[in-house]
Amino acid sequence: MADFEIPALKEYPVIPPVKVGTMAHSKPFVAKPEHQAGVGYPGELVDNWEEKAVTRLGELVKGSRALQVFLDSCVKCGACTDKCHYYLGTSDPKNMPVARQDLLRKVYRRHYTFAGKLFGALGMPGLVGAADMTKEVLDDWYSYFHQCSQCRRCSVFCPYGIDTAEISMAAREVMDSVGLGQKYCNEILGKVHKIGNNLGLPEPALVDTLEGLEEDVKDDTGVDVRFPVDQKGADVLLVTPSADFFAEPHIDGLIGYAKVFHQAGISWTLSSYASEAANFSMFIGSGDNLKSTAMRIRQAALDLGVKRIVVGECGHAWRVAYSFWNTLIGPFDFLDPKYPVPQHICEVTYDLLQRGALKIDKEANDHRRITFHDSCNVSRASRMGNIPGGQFIIPREIIKSVANHYFDMPANTIHESTYCCGGGGGLLTDDLMELRIKGALPRMEALQQVVEENDVNYLCAICAICKSQFTKVLPYYKFPMDMIGSLHQLVSTAIQLK
Amino acid sequence: MSSIDVGGKTIAVDEEGYLSDRNDWSKDVAVIMAKADDCELTDNHWEVINFLREYYEEYQIAPAVRVLTKAIGKKLGPDKGNSKYLYELFPYGPAKQACKYAGLPKPTGCV
Repeated sequence: MADFEIPALKEYPVIPPVKVGTMAHSKPFVAKPEHQAGVGYPGELVDNWEEKAVTRLGELVKGSRALQVFLDSCVKCGACTDKCHYYLGTSDPKNMPVARQDLLRKVYRRHYTFAGKLFGALGMPGLVGAADMTKEVLDDWYSYFHQCSQCRRCSVFCPYGIDTAEISMAAREVMDSVGLGQKYCNEILGKVHKIGNNLGLPEPALVDTLEGLEEDVKDDTGVDVRFPVDQKGADVLLVTPSADFFAEPHIDGLIGYAKVFHQAGISWTLSSYASEAANFSMFIGSGDNLKSTAMRIRQAALDLGVKRIVVGECGHAWRVAYSFWNTLIGPFDFLDPKYPVPQHICEVTYDLLQRGALKIDKEANDHRRITFHDSCNVSRASRMGNIPGGQFIIPREIIKSVANHYFDMPANTIHESTYCCGGGGGLLTDDLMELRIKGALPRMEALQQVVEENDVNYLCAICAICKSQFTKVLPYYKFPMDMIGSLHQLVSTAIQLK
Repeated sequence: MSSIDVGGKTIAVDEEGYLSDRNDWSKDVAVIMAKADDCELTDNHWEVINFLREYYEEYQIAPAVRVLTKAIGKKLGPDKGNSKYLYELFPYGPAKQACKYAGLPKPTGCV
């Protein structure tokens, strides 16, 4: 099945002894010139790239006080070392967050600190933890900054609050700016700019797919549930990951959203222009792409004249929407101020359930024994509702309202301590399969526990990346591929349409 | 650039073995790609491959998994209209493996 060793699930998690260089070979495919052009970067490694990379790093540090603090304040205490799923799954010491950060930090120290400049000039930069930008350093960056899913679990445990994701994003932006990009993210972003979604799904195909879903739901329930596109004057614009139109099990979640809107009598629409919630620009640390990608959603909302924007089940999209939209593509003074901007589909469903507006048959989910995987970007970079921890409470409360059997995984693997699925941050690509499988280990160990103790058979997630990643890696750990499902699939099963 | 040899003709493929140019496709291409994966193409495989190619011709994208399973269910019988059956045919994932044999680009995104 694979030409590397699949980690064994142990009875309890063990911090592995280091194995130096064991993942040095892991590198994603490099973006081709046409992929680079699609996101506005040089097609291949530019002349004087060493110098230009250092200059770009300096610009990023100057432009972000946070990044400078993260680079300056690490005291090498080691609290982060055993917190990364990629370290726990691979044993490669460069996957300890502090060591991965230091690949960039040493270049920063060399060129932007007094000690680094002084000892660098004397030819001894290593004495102060500084290093010149060389091909070897760049290779390390390309390898190991694509072994960070920007999940920010390490940051939760860092006494200085250093945000590793910011450092990984900066490293990827520096590499892109000198012409070394990652194919997966950059090809996809090019498709968003050109066609409107990660898949490159053109409008006729979107419409055809949605018509097919209307037929399916009609066959299943006898009710005409609509999946409208580009409907001017609808109250709600739903932006959701395009995987929801295309992939299994995602599509059952989309059916769930439609049933919720239907039963609540909320008029809604998708947009063929902004047919994507995801914004991979965040993964590559590109502010320009972040803005232009998000701007499509503002434009669609204006063109369609909607009153609310609701975001479907997508982890990093919710971070971008919740944390960045207002400054990025705001103000949203054209939307109805009675509703939060943006609003998560879980908030919509939760509010309706609270008000008794959805008729639910919990027994319909009795064949399922459910656990919930908190997605990183939802857990550690956003909130839901107006209560602290709402992003943990609301999804679980929805599940408990629509199903009878719910079980949490161990406490140190959920909520803000949740483990990444292993495929986040722009790493959900087949060329990183070894990393993805190994990085899933901590989550699989936690899952194993509830499978053994509580007979859990449904792993629920609210992120398209998590759903695709688990579909792929579950079988390697001897779990059934189809035990992963959407939260709104559970809602879809239980909802009694009228 | 990688390539495959099809009846003496060299055809360019990308890093993952997908055709660089969709117009290079022929039935032999599919057979040779499948052989490299130890997969013998049966009539049922061809139903999937042909449907993918027809759909792509019309919509410039591969169909959603749901659309594909429904179409195959209609052609081969309801017991085969599910993703489990498609995974039996294409163990590396129907979307990706079947698209490759059909000469289509690999689906991208969170899939």
